[in-house]
Amino acid sequence: MTISRRDFLKGALAGSALLATGTSPAEARPNKVMPEEALGLLYDSTLCIGCKACVSACKEVNNMPPEFSVEDQLWDTPRDISGKTLNVIKVYEDGTCKTGACGDKDSENGFAFMKVSCLHCVDPSCVSACPVSAMTKDPVTGIVGYDKSICIGCRYCVAACPFGVPRFQYDKALPQISKCQLCRHRMGEGKYAACAEVCPTGATLYGKVKDLHAEAKRRVALKPGEETVFPRGNINTHDQSPHTAKAAKYLPQIYGEKEVGGTQMLKLSAMPFEKLGMPKLPERSFAATSETMQHTLYGGLIAPLAFLGVLTFVAKRNVKNDDDAGDEKK
Amino acid sequence: MSASHNHPAPAPLGGSLVTPTTTLLAILVAIAGVILLVRFLFGIGAVTNVNDGYTWGIWVVYDVVIGSALACGGYSVALLVYIFNKGDYHPMIRPALLASLFGYTLAGAGVIFDLGRYWNFWHIFWPGYAQINSVMFEVAVCITAYIIVMWIEFSPAFLEKFGLKDIKKKLNKALFFIIALGILLPSMHQSSLGSLLVVFGYQIHPLWQTMLLPLIYLISALTMGFAVVIFEACVASSGFKRPLEMYLLGKLSQVMWWMLTAYLIVRVVDLVVRGAIGTAFVFNIEAFMFWIEMALFIAPMVILSNADSRKQPAKLFVAACSLMLAGFILRINSFLVGYETGPGWHYFPSVSEIMVSIGMIAFEVLAYIVLVRYLPVLSGNTAQSAIASNK
Repeated sequence: MTISRRDFLKGALAGSALLATGTSPAEARPNKVMPEEALGLLYDSTLCIGCKACVSACKEVNNMPPEFSVEDQLWDTPRDISGKTLNVIKVYEDGTCKTGACGDKDSENGFAFMKVSCLHCVDPSCVSACPVSAMTKDPVTGIVGYDKSICIGCRYCVAACPFGVPRFQYDKALPQISKCQLCRHRMGEGKYAACAEVCPTGATLYGKVKDLHAEAKRRVALKPGEETVFPRGNINTHDQSPHTAKAAKYLPQIYGEKEVGGTQMLKLSAMPFEKLGMPKLPERSFAATSETMQHTLYGGLIAPLAFLGVLTFVAKRNVKNDDDAGDEKK
Repeated sequence: MSASHNHPAPAPLGGSLVTPTTTLLAILVAIAGVILLVRFLFGIGAVTNVNDGYTWGIWVVYDVVIGSALACGGYSVALLVYIFNKGDYHPMIRPALLASLFGYTLAGAGVIFDLGRYWNFWHIFWPGYAQINSVMFEVAVCITAYIIVMWIEFSPAFLEKFGLKDIKKKLNKALFFIIALGILLPSMHQSSLGSLLVVFGYQIHPLWQTMLLPLIYLISALTMGFAVVIFEACVASSGFKRPLEMYLLGKLSQVMWWMLTAYLIVRVVDLVVRGAIGTAFVFNIEAFMFWIEMALFIAPMVILSNADSRKQPAKLFVAACSLMLAGFILRINSFLVGYETGPGWHYFPSVSEIMVSIGMIAFEVLAYIVLVRYLPVLSGNTAQSAIASNK
């Protein structure tokens, strides 16, 4: 190779300037913290009876169209969340239940339900990914909201979400992203999340996350079979009468307590969460990892400007030589 | 670009614009146009196979991520000429830059086809809307800025054509800064195209999810840039019946070999340090595609390690093709093969989706042919002999 040592060193200088400034003090961005008054849901799989009243109510209050998965298009039968559906209840069949021989709910060879809708992460990937602030996290309620008037439809949020929640309308000329926004549009009327409002067993419970978290801890500590009172509707206003039932054999885990830095929807179950489609996730949020990387490379534009300075200096010298050579020729 | 180190000045090739090749290219462009019309009338799902599990298909992964990497010829050669002061490579600048200009302009335009709410695209640059923590924000701003910078870098070719010497002279005075920007910006966004995947977290297979993604994408884009220059030189010399500048290409391939070696060291050390290398020895599609990717990177390294091979156009061409394909597969692997959002999702591009990408390539080649015939791009004396041999 004919690149002289001197030239090589000059070029290498430009490269190392970037690396040197790039690896300097920029601090790792920690996980974000949940707002004090954050609102959310507690979904208790052991209380869910799979009636799908929440699916129906969600459709109604959000003006979403029905979606059909069976031949007779008689009623709304979504199999998953989509551009037309923000919330579904899925059933998981374990062991022999898959072939029809079902044991009791939540038992071995039995079945269990799981609610699929936005978990309202404390440090959401979709908000970090969105290039235009169409996905935002409310500083007071912590609700992850979406504004279609800002959205460019790049679907980085769809791809980034660790729970596969934001969905897109592929069948529309003027599409938008669809995701649960915890019925924030109903809060002005003093209403709360429709899914919790209509839930007959309190499997989906609405309220402040700190209260929901305390309730979740109480349930996990219950002895299986022990009679206890389950609140319904809104845990803070007690707008609905509670009911008494026997405690299930809860797993000692509150899903959403720590996953990707915590979520404002907490989940309880007697069946392993991974079987119910809830992935095992680290405590550090992916948003924090990604933003730490970006801030390390681009924080204060220090590294790019330093690199530009070196490049400008070197290019000026070399282009000047260039011009002289050209002029001489003429 | 400014005047050169005693190289013949670039000159237009001339010749007919309507040939069987250009006609075929025009037909492919028209087909893509019709498909895009359907897309804008009936939605993205009407012509593509993308879904909520694989929301980014080849219109993002090929047209933008791979397309822009294949358009790194201008970046790679500018780095060599202006930063490492290798004036020898000067005749390569304009053709490389023109190809890059088209590659990037089309990658930028191609984004519009894939944006669901394309009429809002300007929000990404608008204070108040722009979200600076987003990797995509950085990619979008840098790619847009680079497209503008490249048009300015290339403008001397237009200015010469139209005899606007005064403007050209003024532009030449500021050109060093434009050139510096023209190296900074692709360094930023080519690395960030890899960083896009970091926020995907566990959804990207460990063979591709690493904090070194920006470095891996950056070095591979640079090597792809050199490979494309060699590829284009070979194709242009046979297409336009020009002699091949073997001396330069041989030297360039050696630079490429060094970069390739650096790339492979970074890639393998990263896999070992993260403890992800074990997943490459499992019997599944990810491991299989990983080895194809690695083989395509290793093959040109082996070919180019031999000084005699570097002097043979056929071997150079094979090495360049292998490397372009390697960068292609690396990007397909990290964005699609190694991406898993949960059970039940599948994606393979539809015919109409592929036809749009082919139409974009056809448009690029067509525009390149038209412009080198019309504008001073390819270096002069060989251009003259090309015309002579065409007669």
